[in-house]
Amino acid sequence: MNAVDLSAATNESPRMPASRVLNAYLQETRSECLRYLRTPSFLLPTLLFPTVFYVMFGILLGRSNGADAPRFLLASYSTFGVMAPGLFGFGVSLALERDGGLLMLKRALPMPPAAYLLGKMAMAMLVAALIVALLLSLAIFVAHVPLDASQMLRLFAIDLFGVLPFCALGLLLGTLIKGQGAPGLVNLIYLPMAFLSGLWFPLSIMPKLLQQLAPVWPSYHLNRLALSAVGFDTGPVWPHALVLAAFTVGFLLLAARRLRRYG
Amino acid sequence: MSGNERVLASLQNASKSYGKIKALDGVDLALRGGELLALLGPNGAGKTTAIGLLLGLIRVDAGAVSLFGQDPQRIQARRNIGVMLQDATLPATLRVGELIRLTASYYPSPRTLSESAELAGVGDLLDRPYGKLSGGQQRRVQFALALCGRPRLLFLDEPSVGMDIQARQKLWTAIRHLVAEGNGVVLTTHYLEEAEALANRVCVMARGKIISEGSVDELRARVSLKRVRCATRLDVATVRDWPEVTEARMDGGRLWMSSDRVEALVRRLLAVDADLSSLEVQAAGLAEAFTELTRDADETAAEQLEAA
Repeated sequence: MNAVDLSAATNESPRMPASRVLNAYLQETRSECLRYLRTPSFLLPTLLFPTVFYVMFGILLGRSNGADAPRFLLASYSTFGVMAPGLFGFGVSLALERDGGLLMLKRALPMPPAAYLLGKMAMAMLVAALIVALLLSLAIFVAHVPLDASQMLRLFAIDLFGVLPFCALGLLLGTLIKGQGAPGLVNLIYLPMAFLSGLWFPLSIMPKLLQQLAPVWPSYHLNRLALSAVGFDTGPVWPHALVLAAFTVGFLLLAARRLRRYG
Repeated sequence: MSGNERVLASLQNASKSYGKIKALDGVDLALRGGELLALLGPNGAGKTTAIGLLLGLIRVDAGAVSLFGQDPQRIQARRNIGVMLQDATLPATLRVGELIRLTASYYPSPRTLSESAELAGVGDLLDRPYGKLSGGQQRRVQFALALCGRPRLLFLDEPSVGMDIQARQKLWTAIRHLVAEGNGVVLTTHYLEEAEALANRVCVMARGKIISEGSVDELRARVSLKRVRCATRLDVATVRDWPEVTEARMDGGRLWMSSDRVEALVRRLLAVDADLSSLEVQAAGLAEAFTELTRDADETAAEQLEAA
């Protein structure tokens, strides 16, 4: 009797039209963006740290380091800025959602699994776009950094997509840590990585060992790309882009494996 | 069971272990449309594991799980279900209406926002941020999320925790409505009155097994205990020592006892306290049935342990 009943039930399983699947993706993205834009404890530090640092060190104090300093530090602080939405928007939120049971509920619901990741990714890219737009405005209107339109566009595009390796790293961190301690732990990775990649002090004034170690960090490669976008010669672009792509894929695969195993 | 009640989901001889602990030990369970199944059992009995298997959150070690004829890990299977978990922290900054709309977007033909809101009694909360709601209001919103996709099978895990009496009554009405529509509901609850009020079928679990299954009346009939309540000067400690009394406590100024020899108990009560008043004798409720069933299971397990 059971077998007959079960097959009858199968045939009745409703089909989900493609337009409704797409709508699920859009709703998930919309909710994720709204949710974080309404959370000042996430949004304010993410927007303020790079901009305030840039105003202090890049504009007010920067001139004393030479005329190029505001342009150089525009690249560095934009790199520093766009690391945060990926690491915190993905890493911390995943850690909290695993802890709070939201991820479990979503896994039980018929949410398209990719919608969860794409929603967070879109949110991180949106916040990154805000950060670069703010920094660019400060650079152009306050510091009068000479930049042409194509340079601005390049920096914007590089930072927009430069979020992705940090989303992937955040995702991996989010599968490793759990709960309320997550923001602190992510900072323990974020801040040293920014320092060691030469985002706060130029690598040239750092010890030789740290200089040689810098290519280990994804932020170093993103910063090279950002610097080249605003007109500094950092050699060929594609090796850095390739390394970043490799980091992204590597972190994603590790995170996916952990999520499959431990949920 | 009559033949037209369709099996929507089932566990067949399902087992699941965590390390050395057998969380589920060869369980057979069938969930049908138009029926509310209450899954009861002490903590650690295997309820959560059984639900987790049916939702596709975990995989069986042995046996089979079927949800609408498919593997529950397939999203197509889960488009037929609605879920309310015991502890899920929803995004605090999203408004209630936004949460319902988001969850409804996962389903092929969901209810309208106003229909979901009305069924769950959250129509007046739609514009409020979730984080600003009281615990009971949050539970109602979670119930709205469970039913908004027009699911044919609902999983409700402790749905009425934190609700006041009025909200609980409304919840029960809504659940009955969903069952009357022909949907299946799986309810886990610690409130035995809730199971008693709603369930067509009750499954009692202990130590990873189903130890009893049947209607509420069938379950009650298996238990010889009856309830006695009265206003008396006797105290709990005294009556607890009487052989006729299996359990005793004070409740709202009344002495409350359960007994399997109720006639003898009443005779003795009246003899000892001539001023006794407000005497009531009731057949056992699900609570007594549950206590006795799970105690029997524990004793059996203890005996097996000694024998081994």
